[in-house]
Amino acid sequence: MMKVLKRSYLALILAFLYLPIVVLVIQSFNAGSSRAVWEGFSLRWYGELFRNKNIMDALYVTVSIAILAAFFSTILGSLAAIGIHAMKKRPQAFMMTLTNLPMTMPDIVTGISLMLLFIFTKVQRGYWTMLLAHITFNTPYVILSVMPKLKQMNSHAYEAALDLGATPVYALFHVILPEIKPGIITGALMAFTLSLDDFTVSYFTTSPLVQNLSTLIYSEARRGIKPTMNALSALMFILLLVLLLIVNRRTKEPQA
Amino acid sequence: MLDLKMPVWGTWLMALGFIAFIALLVLYIRRHKGMSRSLFASPYTLWMIIFTVLPIILIAYYAFTDANGKFTFDNFVTFWDSNHTMNKQLIEMGFDPAEMGGGRGTVNLDTLVYSLWMAFLCTLICLLLGYPAAAIMADRQFKLGATLVVLFIIPMWMNFILRTIAWMTLLEDNGLINKLLIWLGFERVQLMYNSNAVQLGMVYNFLPFMVFPIYNALAKQDVKLFEASMDLGANRWLTFWKVTFPLSLPGVVSGITMVFMPAVTTFFIPRMLGGGNTEMFGDLIERTFLTANNWNLGSALSLIMMVLILLSLGLLRKVDPDGEGGSML
Amino acid sequence: MKKLAFILSIVLLVSLFPVALAQEEVNVYNWEDYIDEQVLEMFEQETGIKVNYINFTTNEDMMVQLRANPGAFDVIFPSDYCVERMIAENLIQPIDMSKITNHSEIDPRLLNPDYDPTNEYSVPYMWGTVGILYNSTMVEEDITSWASMFDSKYAGQVFMMDSYRDTLGAALKYLGYSLNTRVPAELSAARDLLIKQKQDGIVKAYQVDETKDKMVLGEAAMALMWSGDAQYAIDRNADLKFVVPSEGSNIWVDPMVISSTAQNGENAHTLIDFLTRPEIAKMNCDYIRYSSPNLGAIALMGDEYMQNVVLNPSEEITNRCEYFHDVGDFINVYNTLWGQIKGS
Repeated sequence: MMKVLKRSYLALILAFLYLPIVVLVIQSFNAGSSRAVWEGFSLRWYGELFRNKNIMDALYVTVSIAILAAFFSTILGSLAAIGIHAMKKRPQAFMMTLTNLPMTMPDIVTGISLMLLFIFTKVQRGYWTMLLAHITFNTPYVILSVMPKLKQMNSHAYEAALDLGATPVYALFHVILPEIKPGIITGALMAFTLSLDDFTVSYFTTSPLVQNLSTLIYSEARRGIKPTMNALSALMFILLLVLLLIVNRRTKEPQA
Repeated sequence: MLDLKMPVWGTWLMALGFIAFIALLVLYIRRHKGMSRSLFASPYTLWMIIFTVLPIILIAYYAFTDANGKFTFDNFVTFWDSNHTMNKQLIEMGFDPAEMGGGRGTVNLDTLVYSLWMAFLCTLICLLLGYPAAAIMADRQFKLGATLVVLFIIPMWMNFILRTIAWMTLLEDNGLINKLLIWLGFERVQLMYNSNAVQLGMVYNFLPFMVFPIYNALAKQDVKLFEASMDLGANRWLTFWKVTFPLSLPGVVSGITMVFMPAVTTFFIPRMLGGGNTEMFGDLIERTFLTANNWNLGSALSLIMMVLILLSLGLLRKVDPDGEGGSML
Repeated sequence: MKKLAFILSIVLLVSLFPVALAQEEVNVYNWEDYIDEQVLEMFEQETGIKVNYINFTTNEDMMVQLRANPGAFDVIFPSDYCVERMIAENLIQPIDMSKITNHSEIDPRLLNPDYDPTNEYSVPYMWGTVGILYNSTMVEEDITSWASMFDSKYAGQVFMMDSYRDTLGAALKYLGYSLNTRVPAELSAARDLLIKQKQDGIVKAYQVDETKDKMVLGEAAMALMWSGDAQYAIDRNADLKFVVPSEGSNIWVDPMVISSTAQNGENAHTLIDFLTRPEIAKMNCDYIRYSSPNLGAIALMGDEYMQNVVLNPSEEITNRCEYFHDVGDFINVYNTLWGQIKGS
């Protein structure tokens, strides 16, 4: 009895979470362009999707920024985590506060403050500034996922390696990195996901000339979004789902 | 539409400076074997100074100056009394502010209070809905837990604007839910254009952020503690209250933080689902910057927002002194 | 092997950075969906100039972006009252009218307007009015006055615009004042009226572009709306009617202008000339459904256009309408009052 109750509760919550997504996917197969009227099944929007230059450009911007931002913030963040971990108590606390600061800042304030910085330094906003902004908000998440792994590892291993004649760089790559690899992978994935879905920070740090999918959808939202966007989301959704299933499989095996 | 122009000197300078810095660092490390590992954190420190500390200083600068760059507290007074700067201008232009008939001075404050209330409600609802869900999934007898928690992440991959618009399609007077109600023979209900619809949109968006950390905290717990408590004669309820719940507290604190903070500055959802009738603080900041083009007031509002959030975090820190509730996964 | 993978991944990463391509192009900054895309394709085929079409959603947002991104835009489609400000701020340059060979097609009624008295900076693109779009099955009488929008009989049935000049404008006109008033007492009366309208529950929502689709669906009895959006909705739902209220309203022109920092000035002229060609102006007019300033295009459209009162309002209607003007320093007053309305 209890079991049935528990399962139906979970099912209910999941239904709540998936209801709009089902609506979105169904709309992508609507032959008409209206949100509310069903005019028959069609794959028309999937065809139009690949011919729409704005969407393809935005897709390129979104994915390339997500990959680049994840790459750079993972390096920056992992190094920082190692450094911060080795610090004395006081500077460590300071650095952790500095790390927590952007995470606690509302997205809109992060976006606006970076916008002010770029305007103040007369840097034209666009692809590069968006990338810089994404690296900035991603890095703290990388640090926070690498940190616990560093705490778990034997703190003397690194010194031991140095005593045995390893250079710091060698010790970094052969002693520390293997230990914290899972944390780095989690951090990189998280950075990628955050970057992929970001709207607020991108909105303020790019010019209208360079749109990612979120800002493009936002500018279309007021006039009514065409189902091409739904088609794109449905495709990306399936792609990411497959990706996740693969990653999940791979990470589960060594643990089990 | 892609802007392929190369960035101007500012970006290059920053990029070059950064690369030079890292190069120097690598050189230093190679030369000095006994160098301190903490140096690995220096590129990040520099990065944070440029892209986090400096922008915050800029916000503070704009918040404490007027349109001419002169120091002033006017922006903060205007937050308190929305008529303040306008009245000052009217006097400068030779009018008597009394002609304005004294408008609602407290609107900005009201918006803040409303946003805090909405965020509080949202956090509470997410906690009440999310804790049981996390607890069920973390239960060891429930084999599917790890898979199901992934199901909670997946909806977040769909663009949040598209998800919000999908809710609009569901909730409209002529939307899918009302069509279903009418088909079943019920009366039409107005579900949208009010605070409840905004709250629904918020809970929908932030619920996963509550579920993860609690699930993680619960799943980490040692089964032996639970068994020991039961062996010592405590019933399930007492065990939950005295053992499980206190141990899951870091997760709860983390969940509250991750829901409350973004919830206060929600924007876009009130406009789409609330029909713009109920503005939240995020909308106010956005409108002040982008429609009214008033960066000084906008910065002051942002600064107030930041201070408030830091204060509430400080309070939460008291509950969770180790700050373990920081991570999401 | 490992090294190869490393090098490959670096190459992959580098290839992700965007690379500049040299091509003749023109950067157009316009409202979303405010041009027939076929027209742009025809232009690209005919001239070989690539069009980058960039959207903005409000005039205010457009001005912010224009100031912040010099050189990013060539041809811009602002609203009339912004042109005044753009000239004052030196954001746009005079157009070489000798290159606009079809300039003679422009309706003389719309030439030498207040916002550009010497006609040096702008070429009209579209024009229209503001009025009430209403669903005749949801109201009892024929709507003729702004009063209906403030009538508690229609509680929960009215869409206003999430655009402060337009919504304040409706209230100012209802009270018998100018749209561009600089009299504090008049503005405060308009604000109090709008706050009362909101607090009495008459307003269902403040929106901009979502409204027309919602009116087609029958979400509300009436909406404050631009004539072209109204025509779009009427085309899809025959129950809808559009009226310019008897108290008067706003008439507007969206002209084409060239940014003073334009990188492709020559191509900008070519595009403006192309868009003023009668057959092209007709295509755009058929697509957007606003009023055309192009006499040649109107001649091509014939009776269907001439007899449409929404697109082709009588002189009696246009005479009672007023243009928006830049209100100068008073803009902060307008914004503050709008904030008080939205926050009430």
